[in-house]
Amino acid sequence: MSVDHATVRKIASLARIAVTDDQVEAMVPELNNILGWIEQLGEVDTSAVQPMTAVIPNVLRLRDDVVTDGDVRDAVLKNAPQAEQGFFTVPKVIE
Amino acid sequence: MTNLTDLGIAAIRDGFKAGDFSARDVASAFNDAVAGARALNAFIVETPEIALAAADQADKDRAAGTLKPLSGVPIGMKDLFATKDVQTTAASHILEGFVPQYESTVSGKLWNAGAGMLGKLNLDQFAMGSSNETSFFGNVISPWRRNNGDTAALAPGGSSGGTSSAIAARLVPGATGTDTGGSIRQPAAFTGISGIKPTYGRCSRWGIVAFASSLDQAGPMARDVRDCAILLENMAGFDPKDSTSLDLAVPNWEAALSSDLKGKRVGIPKEYRVDGMPAEIDALWEQGISWLKDAGAEIVNVSLPHTQYALPAYYIIAPAEASSNLARYDGVRYGLRDLPDGANLQDMYAATRAAGFGDEVKRRILIGTYVLSAGFYDAYYTQAQKVRTLIARDFEQAWEKCDLLLTPTAPSAAFGLGEKSDDPLAMYLNDVFTVPTSLAGLPAMSVPGGLDAQGLPLGLQIIGKALDEQTVLNAGLAIEERAGFTARADKWW
Repeated sequence: MSVDHATVRKIASLARIAVTDDQVEAMVPELNNILGWIEQLGEVDTSAVQPMTAVIPNVLRLRDDVVTDGDVRDAVLKNAPQAEQGFFTVPKVIE
Repeated sequence: MTNLTDLGIAAIRDGFKAGDFSARDVASAFNDAVAGARALNAFIVETPEIALAAADQADKDRAAGTLKPLSGVPIGMKDLFATKDVQTTAASHILEGFVPQYESTVSGKLWNAGAGMLGKLNLDQFAMGSSNETSFFGNVISPWRRNNGDTAALAPGGSSGGTSSAIAARLVPGATGTDTGGSIRQPAAFTGISGIKPTYGRCSRWGIVAFASSLDQAGPMARDVRDCAILLENMAGFDPKDSTSLDLAVPNWEAALSSDLKGKRVGIPKEYRVDGMPAEIDALWEQGISWLKDAGAEIVNVSLPHTQYALPAYYIIAPAEASSNLARYDGVRYGLRDLPDGANLQDMYAATRAAGFGDEVKRRILIGTYVLSAGFYDAYYTQAQKVRTLIARDFEQAWEKCDLLLTPTAPSAAFGLGEKSDDPLAMYLNDVFTVPTSLAGLPAMSVPGGLDAQGLPLGLQIIGKALDEQTVLNAGLAIEERAGFTARADKWW
């Protein structure tokens, strides 16, 4: 499988990364080079194999459903590029 | 008087305890070394005042008889660990200026054990790279140079390249690293130091900037095996804040160190003899085999038949996880925001991420997004996870015949900066010997074995069974005692 310009634009859009025409031009052969190389995995017969879910056997723990944190609004907002009146702010999303 | 920066972790700990010097003297000596080595670009942030404050506390604790395991020992912290009130960037522009309001579990454990912080160490951006050339804050330079008069800047390895460079240049006696596909072991090999990636789950990932969560593991890097054991004891341990943390007691690895390998069987995997491997690396491997025999081990040949598929599987799984983990950088909650005039929310996300991520990070996010996208998920991602099962099974089958494995750490000595940076695939191939272990979650360490003809360090890798860090460390010690590696980079910086 290989990617073309339209596919690279689509992936970049899904990944929310703005790309210029020049960048798309450069990425097409670069990504195809990498994808062509990982294609070799197709040779491996995995018909009777389960995909790995955990490298080291472990159990998912449960904890009591209680509040363990909180009251740290200012710390949470401390690194926000723009915070107003105790909230994160973003460009207007509803016209 | 001894040059304090020539001392390792154990020597500082023991000498400080014995009253040979004060913690302040040690911290000051290392602070001076750090300030005098900016040509290496090993640090993103230097924190001399934090190192001194910890040292003063250690001096008080010594007077009061309340010493902690790492009292008096200053260390470096890879800038992938969140440190409260100290900028944490993962060497990216998108996190430039990010000042965590919390402390990562591993760094917190080290500070609680009495260690002090000399600074935040440079790395490949988001730990994605094998040469430290993807950092937004510039390349890290290895203190090593070729012995033929060539002054070309060499790669310290990656992604923990600030860590490896700083230890090799004796700016820090030891430091933290993280290893996703070889990021502790390969830089250790390139700079003539030791480093261990423990079993997946030994060290909490909480507060470590995430790259590929099913692979990421923290571990120590230092000048020798004992120092690695000491640091690892103070980094490992159960953490309820990490759902993959192992709820197991931390062994006393240092106390149990022994280079006697009688009764141990060392497997030599034939698939690691790759085409084009320099003869010197092959020779070092043979030398390593003789050293382990000399230590009492029995050598057996084993096969890990799916080895060649480890790298391509890794370059599906790691980017897939990265594309998901790095979705959090959106210009809203922390880090960079790029808001072009008239931009809506979607435009802001795309502009922020375009401006904030470097090329290699974008490349991996795009690959990851592609392999996870509708229609391709099974062919790429599910297939890679099945191959991962087979790679882990290869190791399981090898353990029926042996207790540990010996391989070279990397297929070459350190290369020059710029030599591979234009070819992502050539760069990826550097991790050919370290990635399989990561995919299987096993403990593995690199120890220096010798120098090549150009005077550059070469490393040997020891791979152990899950949770058997002790055997890995012991075999590392056996090699260390026999290799007698004392070479160091001549100071030019």
